Amino acid sequence: MSDSIFDTLRAAIEAEAPVALATIVAGPGDPDDLPEGLEVGAKILVRPDEEPLGSLGNEDLDRVVIRDALGELSAGTTGIRHYGPNGEARQDVLAVFVESFAPPPQMLIFGAVDFTAALSRVAKILGYRVTVCDARPVFATTQRFPYADEVVVDWPHRLLDKVGPDLGQRDAICVLTHDPKFDVPAVIAALKTDVGYLGAMGSRRTTEDRNRRLKEEGVADEQLATILAPIGLDLGARTPEETAISICAEIIALRSGRHAPSLRNTSGDIHS
Amino acid sequence: MKEILGDLERWRRQGKRVALARVVDIEGSGPRLPGAAMAVTEDGEVAGSVSGGCVEGAVVTESLQCLEDGSRRIVTFGYSDDEAFAVGLTCGGTIHLYLEPLDW
Repeated sequence: MSDSIFDTLRAAIEAEAPVALATIVAGPGDPDDLPEGLEVGAKILVRPDEEPLGSLGNEDLDRVVIRDALGELSAGTTGIRHYGPNGEARQDVLAVFVESFAPPPQMLIFGAVDFTAALSRVAKILGYRVTVCDARPVFATTQRFPYADEVVVDWPHRLLDKVGPDLGQRDAICVLTHDPKFDVPAVIAALKTDVGYLGAMGSRRTTEDRNRRLKEEGVADEQLATILAPIGLDLGARTPEETAISICAEIIALRSGRHAPSLRNTSGDIHS
Repeated sequence: MKEILGDLERWRRQGKRVALARVVDIEGSGPRLPGAAMAVTEDGEVAGSVSGGCVEGAVVTESLQCLEDGSRRIVTFGYSDDEAFAVGLTCGGTIHLYLEPLDW
């Protein structure tokens, strides 16, 4: 049984390795009408850099579905795709359900402060793998951040030199240090990544000051405009927990493209 | 399916027959996205959910049927005028579930 599709799928999910499961879920009406060799329920398990397991019943169909499943996997999407009996893209003979199990998205939080503890907790609820990073060993401890998956004692920009190239659109970087000494190099390094969300905490004055320093370091206006600062939605949040909610809500709104008032685009008091 | 892997594994170890229902498509407002899954054992144990609690009862019935006849099929739940008394979703959306025995 160790080679069954279910066991292999479970092992991959538990190891947080990317895996996609494709299943023929419907044919053209009457199941008996399915082209020869194909049947509802046939499956193929697809993993990057590994041999596929199983088959949908036709080599050409398998080849096309493997390619599409790898695409769905890198985008983290799940849904039905339609094909002809040999994988033809513009036909609707077969409905194949492609379910992606992408590794959890990552959130990097820079700055070992109270807001970090609250944000790491809320981010875990949303399914992030959370890394807290701060160069001060006294503050960057696992005891202070029990919800973080990893606590790194280092300068944020040095951590990004290592892990930055692996970050993508699903990932987020939150700069909570609000100390220019740490902020500026961290934000500059973060701007070089492909993260879908980059936010930086601080008052409106801190934000202006940081923007000025970033410009002095050669950051272009277009790049500055991609930073969510002051971080979070304009909710009138007061406590670290409420602020954490406003940050996570901003991440959701940015991803979904909905109009929610970011502090970046409003004026006036940040806290109610 | 991720949330119910532990239950699925335990039931398989116990040799129980299990039906798996997965949301494969939604139209309009649906509470759970494609990939949401629910599993039902032959003796009526349930794990997971596929809606906000609206259709789970009906899914148990369909799942037990699927274990009985071994069928693999898409089942659709949703509100429409001519099915006003059928099981529907209070949100007004439609969900398509794919049901099959977990025999793979």
